[in-house]
Amino acid sequence: MLKDKHLTVTVSPHIKTSLTTERMMWIVSAALIPAAGAGIYFFGPHAALVIAVCVGASIITELFCAVLMKKPATIKDGSAFLTGLLLALCLPPEFPLWMCALGSFFSIAVSKFAFGGLGHNIFNPALAGRAFLMGAFAKEMTTWKTLQDFPDGITAATPLNLLKEQGYDSLMKVFDSHSHLFKELFIGRVGGSIGETSAALLIIGGLILIFARVTTWHIPVSYILTVIIVSYFTGGLFDIPFHLFTGGLMLGAFFMATDPVTSPITPKGQIIFGIGCGLFTMLIRIRGGYPEGVCYAILLMNSVTPLIERFSKTRIFGVKR
Amino acid sequence: MGQEETNNTGYFKELSKGFIRENPIFILCLGLCPTLAVSNLVENAFGMGIAFFFVLLCSNITISLVQKLIPDEVRIPCFIVIIAAFVTVASLLMQWLIPDVYARMSLYINLIVVNCIILGRAEAFASKNNVFRSALDAVGMGVGFTASLFIISAIREVTGFGTFLGFRLIPENIKPITIMILAPGAFFTIGFLMALFNLIRIKKGKVSK
Repeated sequence: MLKDKHLTVTVSPHIKTSLTTERMMWIVSAALIPAAGAGIYFFGPHAALVIAVCVGASIITELFCAVLMKKPATIKDGSAFLTGLLLALCLPPEFPLWMCALGSFFSIAVSKFAFGGLGHNIFNPALAGRAFLMGAFAKEMTTWKTLQDFPDGITAATPLNLLKEQGYDSLMKVFDSHSHLFKELFIGRVGGSIGETSAALLIIGGLILIFARVTTWHIPVSYILTVIIVSYFTGGLFDIPFHLFTGGLMLGAFFMATDPVTSPITPKGQIIFGIGCGLFTMLIRIRGGYPEGVCYAILLMNSVTPLIERFSKTRIFGVKR
Repeated sequence: MGQEETNNTGYFKELSKGFIRENPIFILCLGLCPTLAVSNLVENAFGMGIAFFFVLLCSNITISLVQKLIPDEVRIPCFIVIIAAFVTVASLLMQWLIPDVYARMSLYINLIVVNCIILGRAEAFASKNNVFRSALDAVGMGVGFTASLFIISAIREVTGFGTFLGFRLIPENIKPITIMILAPGAFFTIGFLMALFNLIRIKKGKVSK
């Protein structure tokens, strides 16, 4: 018997990446830190408490569920940390802490572990937690903090709220001019959820994700392009930067819609997913009852992800359709 | 003697199967629409449970009595006519006795006519078994349904309103979780209770994982 170890071949895959789930989760979390920091800076210490409670409650729930379901504890992979962080970033800065803990519990226990744990969940856990809190405590979820620390700090309502409830004129009254409004929106000195206001920092975080190859460009780009096109045809030039930089669009497009578990894996599928998210977001913003539609748009598209994947399957070489 | 004993246990099994083994909501997954709709308050759940119990018992007894007279081809319409008659009786009785509860849920009381549990019991059981067995079956299923509604509504009312049968359990300053009295809350509650029932059945070895 001739045995040459240079000729023995292991089972495929032969080319492996160093990008593990654990590494990926921590890179995403790191990319969110600038936006989280800006949230704490703009909204004060209570925002930090909200983040801490969400992350803590998520990790504790994850431990509890893992023990209950006799699964290996998966704290180290950072998915619970990331879910808690993402949930906190889409909550209002003055949100009561016990509600934060309840939302985190829902995110992890109901929308993740009830479906079988990481990798089996249909819906993005952080967004499902937010949708639950929106249904449970609608009043607290729409109470926004005034930015008192800044001389030209602005209003209790978010810009989208103002536009929806009081119309375009009152929005202009608060912000004086378009350029001032866009500047404030870009930097993040407006009312809103903790981590969604600063478009600039979120874009930086998103670019980090794309360049670190944690996510591909397909979903964010198709999502944002759809929003640009729809807002141009429904409103005009002024609406494009407004819809881009308000609300949770940047946070949603870069960090929530790109969740590898709940979005399609093929590039074609990802583009369909992004377009769908964009269309639903704009539909809810323009015609819907809520001022903001990012959360529900992504959740809706999450639910059709298996269908999209079936239609966008890549053809196996040499096999006819 | 031995024969009688097996008969007796047979009767008891007929009665008790609706409690857990063939619980209409959690195991058979029937009658979920009224369950979702009326289980936000314990009071509503009781009203529904009693009306349901009455209609199921009467229709099961009647159908098993006339099973020989009903032609097989038109049995479903015949069942529905019989059930509708008793639903009318129940709804008139409720309007007289508990008008408050009736005003809140008249729609769902009238919809008992097409309730799949009642129709299902008529089709699968009462039209093939004698009166006594059908009555036992109706009592078991009725108790199973009412008890399930009671459990679901107790969970939803305490978490969603902070009250139980109108009495405040959770102090005013703790916000109730509004979503629990909306439709999603019913789905969460029913889902988790179903999982619990399946866990019990798996532990008992009745079904495989």
